[in-house]
Amino acid sequence: MTQTVPPPVVADLPARPGRRPARRGRWTGWGFVGPFMAVFALVFLAPIAYSIYLSLFRKQLVGGNAFVGVENYQRAFADPAFWSALGRVTLFLAVQVPIMLGIALLVALAIDSGRLYGKSFFRISIFMPYAVPAVVATLMWGFMYGTRFGLVGNINDAFGVSLPNPLSPDLVLLSIGNIVTWSFVGYNMLIFYSALRVVPASLYEAAAIDGAGQWRVIRAIKLPAIRGALVIATIFSIIGSFQLFNEPSILQKLAPNAITTSFTPNMYAYSLSFSGQQYNYSATVAIIMGVVTMVVAYAVQLRGMRKEA
Amino acid sequence: MTTTTAPTPARPVAGPKLRTRRGHSVDRPRRSVLLTVLTTVVGLYAVVPLAWLVINATKAQEDLFGSFGLWFAGDFSLFQNIADTLTYNDGIFVRWLGNTLLYVVVGAGGATALAVLGGYGLAKFTFPGKRAVFAIVIGAVAVPGTALAVPTFLMFSQMGLTNTPWAVIIPSLISPFGLYLMWTFAAEAIPTELLEAARVDGASEVRTFAQICLPLLGPGIVTVLLFTMVATWNNYFLPLIMLKDPDWYPLTVGLNSWNAQAATSGGQAIFNLVITGSVLTIVPLIAAFLLLQRFWQSGLASGSVKE
Repeated sequence: MTQTVPPPVVADLPARPGRRPARRGRWTGWGFVGPFMAVFALVFLAPIAYSIYLSLFRKQLVGGNAFVGVENYQRAFADPAFWSALGRVTLFLAVQVPIMLGIALLVALAIDSGRLYGKSFFRISIFMPYAVPAVVATLMWGFMYGTRFGLVGNINDAFGVSLPNPLSPDLVLLSIGNIVTWSFVGYNMLIFYSALRVVPASLYEAAAIDGAGQWRVIRAIKLPAIRGALVIATIFSIIGSFQLFNEPSILQKLAPNAITTSFTPNMYAYSLSFSGQQYNYSATVAIIMGVVTMVVAYAVQLRGMRKEA
Repeated sequence: MTTTTAPTPARPVAGPKLRTRRGHSVDRPRRSVLLTVLTTVVGLYAVVPLAWLVINATKAQEDLFGSFGLWFAGDFSLFQNIADTLTYNDGIFVRWLGNTLLYVVVGAGGATALAVLGGYGLAKFTFPGKRAVFAIVIGAVAVPGTALAVPTFLMFSQMGLTNTPWAVIIPSLISPFGLYLMWTFAAEAIPTELLEAARVDGASEVRTFAQICLPLLGPGIVTVLLFTMVATWNNYFLPLIMLKDPDWYPLTVGLNSWNAQAATSGGQAIFNLVITGSVLTIVPLIAAFLLLQRFWQSGLASGSVKE
C-alpha cells in the first residue's frame, strides 16, 4: 500500500478530481449530473434570473410594472437603512468569524495532538450544538439572556451583581455573535479536525527525527496541511454572516427596541417584501448582497489559495 | 515519495516509538492536564446551554421563572410537560413532527440522491460543460438565502406551490455542499481502474454505478445524508415564508409561533412547552449523529482513503 504525499485534504477544491477520468461516452457524465442540474436550474438559476428581472422594474399603482432600469439600485446606494444594515453585518463578521474559527482551530489542534484526556468526548460534545436548530438555539439563549428571570437574572440575584442586559441595544450584536459562535464552533472544529487527520504520519516522523517541537510541527506541517479547510470554513462563515437572519429575527420579539426590521440586510429584504410588499426593491437589496458576498468570498479564496501555490 | 505503511502492529515495536495509528503524534505524547482543562472550558460552553434546556424541560411554567436556571425545581414535571406538548392544541406538535419527518425524508433523501449521482458524475467522467457546472455550482453557494427566497416565493406562488409541502421540499433537494463533499469523496474512493475493469467486462454504466460504486461510496453517502438531514430538519427561513397554514409547519416554525404567542394580545404564554418542544426537536438529530458517528466521520476525512 502506498500513499502519495500530501494527500488531498477534504476541503480541497475538487478542480483536479483524482486520476484521469474515464473517457468512454462523452455525454455519459451528464446522465449522472443532469438530475442535479435540472433541479438546480429550477431552484437556483431561475430565481436569480427572476430577481434580476424584478430589480429592474417598479410596481405602479396604475399600469402595473414599469421598467425603471437601475433606479432601484440608485435608491439602495442612497438608502441609510441599507448601509447601516450592511455596516452592522460587516462589523459582526469582522469580530465573530475570527473568534469562532480561532477557537475551532485551537480545539481541533488540541484534540489532534493526542494530549487530551477523553478526546472523543470533547469531539462529540463540542460538535453537538450544530445539531440544534437556529430557532431552538436562539429561543434557548434568549431565555438565558433574561435579566429578570433568565440565567443572567439568576446570577445577578445569587451574587448581588448587576450584569448588563445582553439584549440592550449596545450588547445585542455581541449576544447574537455568541449564539452563532456557540452553534458553529464545533462544526468548524470538525472540518479542521478531519483535515488534520489525513496528514500522513511520515511527515510527523520526519519532523520528530529532525527534532522539531510541537509548535514547529503545528506551524510547519499542520497549518499548511489544512489551509484548504481554513479557506473553505472562512468562506462559509462570511457567507453566513452576510446572510444573518434567523437569530436576530427571533430575538426581535424579546428585544424590539434593540433589533429593528432592518437590523441586517437579510431582515431588511425580508421585511420589504413581506411587510412592505416592495418586491422589486427587496429583490434589488438581495442582489446587491449576493454580489457583495460573492466578491468577498472570491477575494478570500484567491488570497487563501495564492499562498498555497 | 512513497512510504509503506505495514499493517499496524498491535504493540509499538521497540526503538523509537513511531505513530501506531493515524491521529496520534509520534511519541504517543504524554497527556496534558493543562490542555485538557483549557479544552474543558470550550466543552462546558458547548454543553451547559444544552444542560440548561434539559433541566428546564423538567419544570412547570411557574418554576421556570421562580427557580435557579441550572438546577432542578422541587416538582419534576418533565413527563407532564411532554404530555402537554404532545396534546396542546389538538396535538399540533405531533403534526409538525410528522411534517418535519416528511420534509426530511423526501427533501434530504432526494438531496442526497442528487448529490451522490452528481458528485459521482463529476468525479469520474469528463463531459462537455463540466467546467461550467463547477463554476456555477460553487458560485451559487455564495448567493444569500434571501436573494433566492423572495423570487423563489414569487415564482412558486405563481405556480401555485406556496402553502404546500412542495414549496419546502423542492428547494431542499439541492445541496451544493453535499455535491461538493460527494465529488471529493467519489474522486478518492473509487479507483478509475475498477470502472475500466467493469466496462471491459461489459457492465452497463448504471450497473457499474449501482453494484460497484455505491458500496464504495457508503461513508460519503452517510455523511452527506446527515448534513442534508440537519439542514432540512433545522430549516426555518424557507418554510417561514412559504407556508401560511400552521398545519404544514415544520417543528422550527411551529416552536417559534408558540414562543411568539405569549407576546400577542390574549395569547397564552406556554414557555414550558416551548422548552420541552425544543428538547424533543433536537433529540432525534443528536441520536442520529451519535449512532452514525463512525460512518460520517470517516466520510468527512475522505482524503484518508489510500490509493
